[in-house]
Amino acid sequence: MHSDRASLGLKIAAVGGLLFLHLPILLIFLYAFTTEDKSYQFPPPGLTTQWFGVAWEREDIWPPLYLSLWVATIATVLAMILGTLVSAAMARTSFFGREQISLLIILPIALPGVITGMSLRSAFSIMDIPFSTWTIILGHATFCIVIVYNNAVARFRRLSGGILEASADLGANSFQTFRYVLLPNLGTALLAGGMLAFALSFDEVIVTTFTAGQQSTLPIWMLQELVRPRQRPVTNVVAIVVFTATFVPILIAYYLTRGGSETAGAGK
Amino acid sequence: MTSPTPAILPERGLADRLTALFWRHPRLLLAVLLTPPLLWLGVVYLGSLFALLLQSFYSIDEFSGMVNREFTLKTYAELFRAQNLDIIIRTLVMSAAVTIGCAIIAFPIAYYAARFARGKWKAIFYLGVMLPLWSSYLVKVYAWKLILAKEGIITWAADGVGLSMILNAILAIPGIGGNSLSTSPLGTFIVFVYVWLPYMILPMQAALERVPTSMLEASADLGASRAQTFRTVILPLAMPGVIAGSIFTFSLTMGDYIIPQIVGTSARFIGLAVYQLQGTAGNIPLAAAFAVVPIVIMLIYLTIAKRKGAFDAL
Repeated sequence: MHSDRASLGLKIAAVGGLLFLHLPILLIFLYAFTTEDKSYQFPPPGLTTQWFGVAWEREDIWPPLYLSLWVATIATVLAMILGTLVSAAMARTSFFGREQISLLIILPIALPGVITGMSLRSAFSIMDIPFSTWTIILGHATFCIVIVYNNAVARFRRLSGGILEASADLGANSFQTFRYVLLPNLGTALLAGGMLAFALSFDEVIVTTFTAGQQSTLPIWMLQELVRPRQRPVTNVVAIVVFTATFVPILIAYYLTRGGSETAGAGK
Repeated sequence: MTSPTPAILPERGLADRLTALFWRHPRLLLAVLLTPPLLWLGVVYLGSLFALLLQSFYSIDEFSGMVNREFTLKTYAELFRAQNLDIIIRTLVMSAAVTIGCAIIAFPIAYYAARFARGKWKAIFYLGVMLPLWSSYLVKVYAWKLILAKEGIITWAADGVGLSMILNAILAIPGIGGNSLSTSPLGTFIVFVYVWLPYMILPMQAALERVPTSMLEASADLGASRAQTFRTVILPLAMPGVIAGSIFTFSLTMGDYIIPQIVGTSARFIGLAVYQLQGTAGNIPLAAAFAVVPIVIMLIYLTIAKRKGAFDAL
């Protein structure tokens, strides 16, 4: 008889795999408290909370942080507008070129970041566009569209077309239907998509290195510290900030869409 | 006597008129919805990809260092120089190894989550894969720099349980070893596997969830052992998921340039070559030609994957 219980080996391998995915992150937290700032000595020789104060005082951290927040906010807003529009079009109608459009939306995230980055870099070079905050946003919004799209299109599909017809029958015009019927139904899916897009943009480094020029976002600042470390625990403090700034939106996105057929984050 | 309300209400302004227009011409609404996103993606993204192709057919003037904007295949020919060919082959070998490593570690997680996890555990497994997928890439890479460092936790643990001999023996193997784990190709491999693992688990789990239990029962009824059922029923049905996952792990490894820069030897990969050529070297045409290589390889890969039915599992 085929037993329907997992074997012990499978359980160990599965739980072990999950632990493998999570334990490394914990070390980031531990190393933020170490007294050793010249090497990654384990176990830490002593523990201190001074690095949080030092990081607060470091003036080179604040501008990248503001830039990252600004870029992520604008990119998310742009992606939410464009992603919602395209998901509304793709949700129920079938038209010529639909498959190609869906490929076009996915492409910026399906191709490695280095290609997206290098493509933008080539275009800026050919057209003599100088690097600025807007060149960063341009790249970020492009790969964030698909995140909003994925969340919104799943909700659109689940939404029964009947309620839109009912709204029209009761005398609402398209804009009223959008405001009072569609938006409340889409709300959490859009919010979840926006959260994930924000997390993705805030953390993005590969495309950004090609489009930022001399400016530093927080991930680029971190990358520079990783290549040439100075006060190592300070990098850990910043890493905790970056981790939290991505972790919290992801959790919110999960709880917003939990239980539906289209839980957020199933694909990146 | 009052006249009955007419069946068709009078129009109440522009919004109503537009609604009527969209109702009569649904294509118009579609065009209004699609134009802004398509303009954005078409101009910004496709335009850029085209610019990349264009750049790869330019060449760099060896004396002035300026980009010579004339069509030539010279830049592509440069890819076939021994040192550049080395970079491409090294990248392909690493991508293949990472894909296999991910598939092996991902399978038990995906299989357990798809077949046995219920209720609370299902949610734990879902979040347990999703959170690492979305959480900060750079933080994950940094965590491994801490772990693999010569003075780090792995060396400490190996010393603690008396396995430092084995660790040193592994590091002494030419080709994958090095001074410490954080400066060896083995270290690069471990970090790649860690960072891309969730991309393999999710499509695998989706494919495994679609394997009907009745088929496993039928297999058992017909006298197959667990191992036989696994080999002849579960594995073939999971294959599209594995291929779908491998698309991600392969493509992401091929294009990454952060990980080899932070953990590993200074040997270059395609991504790193692209980054250095466009930056310090200022050779945008060659960088563009290098960036076309992963696109071509992925197109070949996707064509094969499509024939194997991998896209049904996405």
